[in-house]
Amino acid sequence: MNIKSQKDFFSGLMFMVVGVAFAWGAATYTIGTGARMGPGYFPLALGVLLAVLGGAITFKALVVEAVDGDKVGSFAWRPLVFIILANVVFGAMIGGLPSIGLPPLGLVAGIYALTFIASLAGDEFNPKEVAILATILTAMSYGAFILLLKLQFPVWPAFFGN
Amino acid sequence: MDLFNNLALGFGVAFTLQNLMYAFIGCLLGTLIGVLPGIGPLATIAMLLPATYALPPVAALIMLAGIYYGAQYGGSTTAILVNLPGESSSVVTVIDGYQMARQGRAGPALAAAGLGSFFAGCVGTLILAAFAAPLTELAFKFGPAEYFSLMILGLIGAVVLASGSLLKAIAMIVLGLLLGMVGTDVNSGVARFSMDIPELTDGIGFIVIAMGVFGYGEIISNLSKHESEREVFTANVTGLLPTKEDFKNMVPAVLRGTALGSLLGILPGGGAVMAAFAAYTLEKKTKLRPGEVPFGKGNIRGVAAPEAANNAGAQTSFIPLLTLGIPPNAVMALMVGAMTIHNIQPGPQVMTSNPELFWGLIASMWIGNLMLVILNLPLIGLWIKLLSVPYRWLFPSIVLFCAIGVYSTNNNTFDIWMVGIFGFIGYVFIKLGTEPAPLLLGFILGPMMEEYLRRALLLSRGDWSVFVTRPLSAGLLAAALLLLVVVLMPSIKAKREEAFVED
Repeated sequence: MNIKSQKDFFSGLMFMVVGVAFAWGAATYTIGTGARMGPGYFPLALGVLLAVLGGAITFKALVVEAVDGDKVGSFAWRPLVFIILANVVFGAMIGGLPSIGLPPLGLVAGIYALTFIASLAGDEFNPKEVAILATILTAMSYGAFILLLKLQFPVWPAFFGN
Repeated sequence: MDLFNNLALGFGVAFTLQNLMYAFIGCLLGTLIGVLPGIGPLATIAMLLPATYALPPVAALIMLAGIYYGAQYGGSTTAILVNLPGESSSVVTVIDGYQMARQGRAGPALAAAGLGSFFAGCVGTLILAAFAAPLTELAFKFGPAEYFSLMILGLIGAVVLASGSLLKAIAMIVLGLLLGMVGTDVNSGVARFSMDIPELTDGIGFIVIAMGVFGYGEIISNLSKHESEREVFTANVTGLLPTKEDFKNMVPAVLRGTALGSLLGILPGGGAVMAAFAAYTLEKKTKLRPGEVPFGKGNIRGVAAPEAANNAGAQTSFIPLLTLGIPPNAVMALMVGAMTIHNIQPGPQVMTSNPELFWGLIASMWIGNLMLVILNLPLIGLWIKLLSVPYRWLFPSIVLFCAIGVYSTNNNTFDIWMVGIFGFIGYVFIKLGTEPAPLLLGFILGPMMEEYLRRALLLSRGDWSVFVTRPLSAGLLAAALLLLVVVLMPSIKAKREEAFVED
């Protein structure tokens, strides 16, 4: 059997798997009856519904013709990895990661790290330009978030003793 | 007249220095993100939501609302000058607006968009003020069955008016509803789907979902497309004033756009995007006057009508939120989040328990619209300069604001992993061609729907017929069914697909 629409086929599959997983999980809680709904009642119904919808989407993808096979296309791994990594590193530097013994390094260091890592996701990377951008962003964020909105962030690394 | 007393109260609140300032910040930010392609009001509001913790609730809502309707103004600038929609609601403005700019008539096009938006915004605000009170009365007649049916109608409306595959949109809503189930069940105290992770017993943070799926997902997808050459018509913006002939064509188009936009904004699932599409289709159906430029070749009506409509729609989509507590679209779902952060339960009681918030917000919208005309017409040069900033400088800034948005709520490292996961999921959604907006709507409505379903069935002793025997509830469900049937009719189905492909 040929897949007529890749996008629909895989999204249908995704919905089926997630639907079944939720329904499975819901079945372990008390289901109850309509008049006395248990915690499992609504999620079980939704999970089954999602699985059915996913099945219908997958079925349609195998039967109905789509233009050019509706290819999913290749994943843009480079932006995906760097954007999410930038976010994770920033979070770790603001909050610190006690599990690996990283103390909070503060907003300023976090912004520089984020800007450099995120910039690697783009097509061009010019270290000097990125450094300037990071400096501007640091100044702006300090003004907007620390001075104006008074958010509670550590600004400098914790071991500087504030 | 009650309305005037109420509006007077509202203007009293809105005209304080602090609230004026936040209205201005909201409008400024809205225009900014409206002008910049690739970042929309949804992601921006999600980003700034945590930052409004420290503000008083009125100021916070005034600012967030300003971002939404401000974006409708800014979006047209990019559409006209760069041939790119700055905002999804100005997709149709591109068609005639860019043609006008190529003919050296960028000025009148911008003016038509700005003035049309202003007029529509004022009318939308008035409708909001006038209809809020009677609708609130109606809302008090609603029992749990009615609320449940209304949410069904809202969710069906959201998929019907969304672009793309109907089945996939419904599946996304159900997925959103399920994600909303994660966390402690209020009735039994059971921690559902928490996988023994203590943080998950509080449920998935909706900022985490909004930011991951809308913020990071979109950035990653934008970066994977290579930056195409942009042609910016900056030198051509000379005379802003439209000619007399332009005005003659513009005025009826603006009126039609405003009427249609206001109506579509109120409907569940409606909002700015749908309003603009519908208004453009309507204009194309009306007869051309002798000597008028055809559509697609730079007709001023093709700019004025959709721009008026998207603004009116943005304004009136606050009606279901403020009167019934039900968000009609994803941006309004975020506003529910904003209100909850400030301990305000959205719904009919807001008007009575927080009149200064309710009327202050409405009054601020009118002031905001006035600010926006000034921001967008005399100061247009500023925004044109912004359009020449390359994306490689913009996206790290956007990533930073997303990140600050997430970690300003709590310095919990758990959120870091969650946003990372949802960023990946968001990108997968885009790759699979599934629109994420219905997911967010479902996520917000999930717990509410379960609660109303439980109450309705408890009262009826498990009898499901309660949803069709109560007239109001039956009416709402019939409307939902009608919407589905209409959309599935072959002739309409073909038209709907055509409307979304059209460019």
